[in-house]
Amino acid sequence: MAGNHLGLPKTDVRRARTLARQVGRPIVKLAQQHTTVSVERATLRMAGLAGADAEGTPWVNRLLDVVRADVGLEHGVALPVWHALRRGHAEDLLTLAQKASAGSVTFELPDGKDATAAARDARKAVGAGIKAIDANRRERERMIKKIGDAPRKPWIYLIVATGDIYEDIPQAQAAAREGADIIAVIRSTGQSLLDFVPEGATREGFAGTYATQENFRLMRAALDETSRELGRYVRLTNYASGLCMPEIATLAGLQRLDMMLNDSMYGILFRDINPIRTFVDQRFSRQVHARAGIIINTGEDNYLTTADAVEAAHTVTVSQLLNEYFAKEAGLEDWQLGLGHAFEIDPDIPDSFRLELAHAMLARELFPDAPLKWMPPTRHMTGDVFRGYLLDGFFNLVGALTGQGILLVGMMTEAVVTPWLSDRDLALQNVRYVMNAAGNLTEDFRPAPDGFIANRAREVLGEAIDLLQEIKDDTDSEGDAPLLAAIADGTFGLMKRPPTGGRGLDGVAKKSSLYYNPASEILEEQ
Amino acid sequence: MSGPIRPYGDTTGDGMVQLSFTLPIEHSKVAEGAAVQLANKMGMDPALVVHAKPMGEGFTFFVVYGRVNHLVDPSTVEVVERDYPLLTPKEANSAIKSALRRRLVVVGGCIGTDAHTVGIDAILNIKGFAGEKGLEYYRELKVVNLGAQVSVPQLVERAREEKADAVLVSQVVTQRDAHLLNTREMSAAFRESYPEDKRPLLVVGGPRFDETMAGELGVDRVFTRGTTPGEVASYIVHRLVTDKRKAA
Repeated sequence: MAGNHLGLPKTDVRRARTLARQVGRPIVKLAQQHTTVSVERATLRMAGLAGADAEGTPWVNRLLDVVRADVGLEHGVALPVWHALRRGHAEDLLTLAQKASAGSVTFELPDGKDATAAARDARKAVGAGIKAIDANRRERERMIKKIGDAPRKPWIYLIVATGDIYEDIPQAQAAAREGADIIAVIRSTGQSLLDFVPEGATREGFAGTYATQENFRLMRAALDETSRELGRYVRLTNYASGLCMPEIATLAGLQRLDMMLNDSMYGILFRDINPIRTFVDQRFSRQVHARAGIIINTGEDNYLTTADAVEAAHTVTVSQLLNEYFAKEAGLEDWQLGLGHAFEIDPDIPDSFRLELAHAMLARELFPDAPLKWMPPTRHMTGDVFRGYLLDGFFNLVGALTGQGILLVGMMTEAVVTPWLSDRDLALQNVRYVMNAAGNLTEDFRPAPDGFIANRAREVLGEAIDLLQEIKDDTDSEGDAPLLAAIADGTFGLMKRPPTGGRGLDGVAKKSSLYYNPASEILEEQ
Repeated sequence: MSGPIRPYGDTTGDGMVQLSFTLPIEHSKVAEGAAVQLANKMGMDPALVVHAKPMGEGFTFFVVYGRVNHLVDPSTVEVVERDYPLLTPKEANSAIKSALRRRLVVVGGCIGTDAHTVGIDAILNIKGFAGEKGLEYYRELKVVNLGAQVSVPQLVERAREEKADAVLVSQVVTQRDAHLLNTREMSAAFRESYPEDKRPLLVVGGPRFDETMAGELGVDRVFTRGTTPGEVASYIVHRLVTDKRKAA
């Protein structure tokens, strides 16, 4: 539902966005001043370096580690690597990586004409990878035109998570046949904390399947086949989060994934990944997603799984506004912003449904052109599958009433088992019933101008503005960016994450004046 | 205590139950017969297939109602009953203060790859659970919440650093018995790192644990679904304060 039915004061909306920009701007500056091991490895991947050694360590890790030991990380990987290629240390990147890890190459930082020449070669090699990403984007558009798109909104989003890509494939194809418009392959739980991307097709994982280039390729190929069979393009989702965001975003672009989970602060708050590492990786990965035509999904639902969904409603809005700012700064367009939110209010509190509706409408009206990702109840799914089925029905109804773009299908067996065949089928029946019965209710439904829903939405927006103001005014003794100070003192979700702590900090470097990265250069042109 | 009982539909002794399941077979009369056969074998007789629906290719979902002839005897059921008194936060605080003359240190987290902090947060965060404040609310408890994905060595190290009296671990992910494997690894690590009489109290919790498994898992106590912060606090005080006083 577009338009302004909540009577959100225009000045408030403007003020919220201005504050988000003021809070976000210093973080973007910080991101521009730093690079990370994963950004540099993503650059090597764009230039075509793939595969792993006998122990399973990717060649991009091997090569970067040697470059870093020889000349440091702060100048970027491009100049030393393409200088070495120019000097004839190896005929191609893979051979260079192999020789480097055997200890037979020493890298140095070129200067003058050598630097110019190395930069030119690097740009050419990385440019080929970006061209491949561009070609995939066009291929997606072509397939959607030829085969057809999902027939309606919201797009129905289903998850597979067996741990074994060869089990995932038939499950994903079955889910698509049953009505899924989007398949998400949940990652193995530990992957976000790995500082490398595993290689090859994988058959072992905990609560999910590893994100690898080969797994991406296999699943996309299988869904292409199913898309043709069904006459609608079935989208594929994975996760660009954790320590290897830039690389996974790159692999997603290279294998034509369609959506990626990609939140600006999730890794910091929920995975204890260093804040600076996260923001640097985040910006690069979003630039890749922008280029690849990938829709991002942000993770605001997580705030509500750890805090009370009524008290913390405004933290979702704040996070959405920050995610929007960071996304647009990185070049993403409105249609690519699957901003997250969730149905997590305690069903025992009075008017819980009206509150959910107010929060969902607020998101819809604040971000009228974003698809929005609507997440089902998890916290108050108790194991009473019957009650859970009803709750999921109400969740679907809010989704229908507020024109959500992406609807993650709720399972009545949430918190009991990983979904069974019958759970998925019943869940889809639930969605279909609600959409058939009430999908067009949005035409008739208008909250009373000064009623409970409109007032609640304005109240949450007001609280969000207050919190953004508080963040903007936050300081710490080191003089860090206000958002970093706010994250450090536990403003979000009670978790205190100082900029000097967390995983992956040793993979961050401040760029030198000689730093060069052809990927960033190309992605920032236009 | 009552004697043996049967399931209750709408009349005492009717033995009525409901059941749903999927069979890997196309929907047909034969499929429905197969569903009745399964229900019969499970002790439902008569069994009535009230709903059968094809699901995907080659599968049918059934809802079956029927009577079971089994009796169950509550007097022979074994459960872990609460063997410690429930204390209010005030009582717990004063018991700790008078017995230890210092704050009691609790270190908690989710170990392994488990990122679900819902359980540990419900017990530890001041916000609490089920109307009870979490352990952070107890003045005489020092709570160190390490959050998600803590490795076992990290947990042991922090427990030593903080001189933990009790260690609380929450496990939600159960795929491939991860919760059991992780718990055993954790308890073994504490046993290795501490002399037995110095070891902190080890408590694990999660929705899919079995309360009777404490011994097998090498921990002092297992808490399961629906446990409140007050129960955990009372247990810790009982074991570390009340028992100590008795021993002294």
